[in-house]
Amino acid sequence: MTQPPPNNSAENTDRPDDLMGLSDGEYDAAVSSLGRTPNFTELGIFSVMWSEHCSYKSSKKWLKTLPVDGPQVICGPGENAGVVDIGDGRAAIFKMESHNHPSFIAPYQGAATGVGGIMRDVFTMGARPVANLNALRFGAPDHPRTRHIISGVVAGIGGYGNCMGVPTVGGEVNFHPSYNGNPLVNAMTVGIAPADRIFYSSAAGVDAPVVYVGSKTGRDGIHGATMASAEFDDDAEAKRPTVQVGDPFTEKLLLEACLELMATDAIIAIQDMGAAGLTSSSVEMASKGGVGFAINLDLVPRRETGMTAYDLMLSESQERMLMVLKPGREAEAQAIFEKWELDFAVIGRTDDSGHLRLSIGGELAADIPVAPLVDKAPEYDRPWTATPARPHIAPEDIDPPGVTPDLASCLLRLIGSPDACSRRWVWEQYDSMVMADTLSGPGGDAAVVRIHGTGSALAMTTDCTPRYVVADPETGGAQAVVEAWRNLTAVGATPLAITNNLNFGNPERPEIMGQLVGAVTGISAACKALDFPVVSGNVSLYNETVSGETGLAEAILPTPVIGAIGLIEASIKPLGLAICQPGLSLFVLGGPPPTNSGWLGASLFLRDIAEREDGAPPPLDLVNERRTGDFVRAEIAAKHITSCHDISDGGLLVAVAEMAMAGKVGAELAPPIDPEAGRQWPWAWAFGEDQGRYIVTVRDATKFEAAAKEANVSTWKLGKTGGDALTLFEEKLISLSDLVRAHETWFPALMDGETSQEH
Amino acid sequence: MSKAAVIVFPGSNCDRDVAIALESAFGHPPLMVWHAETALPQTDLVVVPGGFSYGDYLRAGAMAGFSPIMNEVVARARDGLPVLGICNGFQILTETGLLPGALMRNASLKFICRTVACRVEARDPFFSGIYTNGQILQLPIAHNEGNYFADDETIARLNGEDRVAFRYADINPNGSRENIAGIYNEARNVLGLMPHPERAADTNLEGTDGAPLFESMARALAK
Repeated sequence: MTQPPPNNSAENTDRPDDLMGLSDGEYDAAVSSLGRTPNFTELGIFSVMWSEHCSYKSSKKWLKTLPVDGPQVICGPGENAGVVDIGDGRAAIFKMESHNHPSFIAPYQGAATGVGGIMRDVFTMGARPVANLNALRFGAPDHPRTRHIISGVVAGIGGYGNCMGVPTVGGEVNFHPSYNGNPLVNAMTVGIAPADRIFYSSAAGVDAPVVYVGSKTGRDGIHGATMASAEFDDDAEAKRPTVQVGDPFTEKLLLEACLELMATDAIIAIQDMGAAGLTSSSVEMASKGGVGFAINLDLVPRRETGMTAYDLMLSESQERMLMVLKPGREAEAQAIFEKWELDFAVIGRTDDSGHLRLSIGGELAADIPVAPLVDKAPEYDRPWTATPARPHIAPEDIDPPGVTPDLASCLLRLIGSPDACSRRWVWEQYDSMVMADTLSGPGGDAAVVRIHGTGSALAMTTDCTPRYVVADPETGGAQAVVEAWRNLTAVGATPLAITNNLNFGNPERPEIMGQLVGAVTGISAACKALDFPVVSGNVSLYNETVSGETGLAEAILPTPVIGAIGLIEASIKPLGLAICQPGLSLFVLGGPPPTNSGWLGASLFLRDIAEREDGAPPPLDLVNERRTGDFVRAEIAAKHITSCHDISDGGLLVAVAEMAMAGKVGAELAPPIDPEAGRQWPWAWAFGEDQGRYIVTVRDATKFEAAAKEANVSTWKLGKTGGDALTLFEEKLISLSDLVRAHETWFPALMDGETSQEH
Repeated sequence: MSKAAVIVFPGSNCDRDVAIALESAFGHPPLMVWHAETALPQTDLVVVPGGFSYGDYLRAGAMAGFSPIMNEVVARARDGLPVLGICNGFQILTETGLLPGALMRNASLKFICRTVACRVEARDPFFSGIYTNGQILQLPIAHNEGNYFADDETIARLNGEDRVAFRYADINPNGSRENIAGIYNEARNVLGLMPHPERAADTNLEGTDGAPLFESMARALAK
């Protein structure tokens, strides 16, 4: 194969009309690294490898600023998933990934294959997946497509995870009109592996067999990665063929077969075929190992006839893996995959050419030097403009239309609002208990899953508050990290590391790029302050919809989702947020008594009750944050705290209501507020979203206050637990049954089409 | 020493969970039997676990009902060997004809996972000797097809012969006829139920109301 492959475009030397999403400059770079014009197949390979999705070309410059190291980190970003040490000779492997565009086009399959893809990323490194989470953003509840997308996405996530037998234990759901034409489906998987048996994707050696296993290849998902790197317009429907179709049963077989083979020492390198399928898996494995791959595409198992080299290389058919085995171990591996009734084919061999050479029908179809495909991938320093700072809004400047300053009615509306109501309708469709290790499933601050065979457990959560990020990307990015850290802390876990899923609009617009830069800066600052490194991540850009009416692109709210895990040592009993008995003291930790104030800018109250989406978001104090969180964790370990909940969306009163509803025990509140001012603007202390705070219940108030004082953590008494209602200064505010009804009704009513969708 | 065997289909995913519950009750781990086997090992009890046997794309349990190992399970059950089917296992047992009726899609047309109240309707000395009739158990369910259906005549027989083992006691989560959650065969050596007792057999999980089921069987076999 010494001849250059035929160029099957009409004119060899001319620039093709369709550059498959590459810019003119990128095309020129491809020509220069090849030393000639690429043929159709080669152009397809350059196009996907240099797509935003695979190359991170707009974000790389900024991602490099994130902290990625720590004593707990075994493997940071750059592999299929991040790996951290969790003791007992075990490692946790986890990552989050988006499947936003496919989930808009085909909600069930888009979401299902997102879950399948992220699970493969985790088990390709040798881990058995033990938990799934997902962060979902949908359009306005009353938008005509929203219910269709919710029902498909939720069923798809459940359909895949339930069949795999991996519990779906947590996540988040938000609504906002900016997601009308571009929902976000971010799926996270956490797996556990022996710490000394992690599998990487770096090929090595010459003449080692390159092996394809799993499902056969079809024409589904061709050029999906490129599709995911462009904004949507009115012909999004026409992109349906770029969405893959999932088969969770085959993935279950693939999981078991891979883990069985991984128990031997036959594997040199392994990589799942995710975005850009056979192309990215072979290029990444060859590039990392500094070797060449010679692949005979005639040997690729396929389910359709007449597939070209282009089809085979660009297909994103699901449930497939590429491996490099030690020479001579093929038969042993084949026997395992045949036992699980999966395809197994030696499709090529490694060599020392440094090239990816593909043949089909006895002819050379592509011959590309691997290094430039990866190293010469474009990297842009895109122009950006900082998001203008928003003015602070004082509580007295807020005049909610048509609302009397009646705490009970505001609380009832918030607790039953789209973003704060119960997500039971969603998570009851997920098997959250399979594997029988789920100590705490959906509905808490963080989910808790036992590390099988040990006494310890992993806590996990996903978090982002997009209304803060749009108001101030840096504060919002940092807040997402801090909120995840708080949620892990609230269940008693020591936070270990995060993965991130950065969802933004078109980075070629400076104001959008400014959101990305701001959010990454904030994430980085928070991670550094909390020793909470980033070990894996995913970037999803071009989350915009071109409006059919105006022709203008409208971006989503910037949504940098943080997925985080923490470790709960065997000696610590994980805590929940439910008030478990009457007669306990309720304390607020991490901030001064509210008197008559509270931060309402960019709050849920401001948006959903006052109908304003403005104001600066609440500021963070990372030093105080850490001190408070460390104190909470120590008090949980010492068993002084009986329940704990961080204060987030909706502020203090919503947080207390959630604790009361979960435990079916009420609370008698007597906060130290200025009675006069408190009566005038009661929503400030009640619904303000000041950061860094937790509510805890304790048995021994005196001892607890002394401990807080000694730790220099501010705390104040909110009241005590008991009764079947929330009372304020001995007057009944609202009964638990009314709260529960409002909290549980909204979601089922929306999905049954019975809601008036007022909010 | 009494032995239990757990059938493992490629898509089984509650096999490990039920094995742990059995080990806890029996004092030693059960045998795990691969679906392609044509003979059962020496065993006193067969458990068909939850999961998605062969993917359940055709109909839950439909293909598994024809698998090599199930031929043997059916033959041995007809000779009196105790067989317990949980969730997908229950679906498979109805597909083989060991149990009457069928499990249709949930009335909500959605997968549902939650802990529900179940009433012990007909205590059986082997499967549920430790429970008392009328006892309310909190047991997790997790299924898409748990809506038990049988014709009027079969329902009348099940009721008349006291073969309804468990009924949903509070809400009916899936639309099953007469709130049926689990049934026995005529000879009472085969029990199928939709709830997962193995997920309620550990104080740190969803309570321990499921544990006595496994302990009942261990005790009965030890005698």
